[in-house]
Amino acid sequence: METVLFILFGAIAVCGAVMVVTRKHPMASALYLILTLFAVAALFVLRQAHFLAAIQVIIYAGAVVVLFVFVIMLINVPEDRLPVERATTIRVLGVLAAGFFILESAVLARRYVMPKGPAAEVGTVEAVGRALFTDYLLAFEITSVLLLAAVIGAIALAKRKI
Amino acid sequence: MIAPSAYLLLSAILFGIGVVGVVARKNVLIIMMSVELMLNGVNVAFVAAGSYLGDATGGVFAFMVMTVAAAEAAVGLALLIALYRLKETVDITELKVLKW
Repeated sequence: METVLFILFGAIAVCGAVMVVTRKHPMASALYLILTLFAVAALFVLRQAHFLAAIQVIIYAGAVVVLFVFVIMLINVPEDRLPVERATTIRVLGVLAAGFFILESAVLARRYVMPKGPAAEVGTVEAVGRALFTDYLLAFEITSVLLLAAVIGAIALAKRKI
Repeated sequence: MIAPSAYLLLSAILFGIGVVGVVARKNVLIIMMSVELMLNGVNVAFVAAGSYLGDATGGVFAFMVMTVAAAEAAVGLALLIALYRLKETVDITELKVLKW
């Protein structure tokens, strides 16, 4: 059952990702991005990481993609003014390099044996929260500074006149 | 029980597709979405490794990656709006004032 679900959601995630990269209009890409993010959230649930699955749906699908959709509609590029994609040599080389990267990772992942850890509940709110507020407290607090900087930066950049 | 390598492979595939999007597309919006795809691929590896090793650190790192992704999207899209106001285009090949 777990294997079937893994293959199903993995296939959805990969197909969605391919569609994100290949669609002409960014709005179609944004909708396929939501599909991929949901499939990845389902994979997190398969790994018992329920907290991260919820966060994935709320932050990515709920906030980041909505932001993308807002901007796509705000700037609203006419259909005929979308950039025309051509297969130049450098682009084809780039795609080939990415293909090699995937192949190489496949070979490495097959050879890699992950040491077996204790069967602990690690993806729950309790476990992640405990790690976040004890061992990684400083990093967590610095994250809030990062978010503040992002908020100020976004407003400063997008405002016409400060 | 799925082997950890299956998750690592899926993570690599998502990351690779993101790389293709960044390298081969000209639309700035789609390039930014491809960056999100790459970050998500990394998250798959973090969560899978954390759960197989029985260590909550993987989850914490995935959490940090998500925060950075949200901040990056906010600042990047603000930049894009400012650029579009200036140049009226989303074509990355026309945005080359900083190119030598």
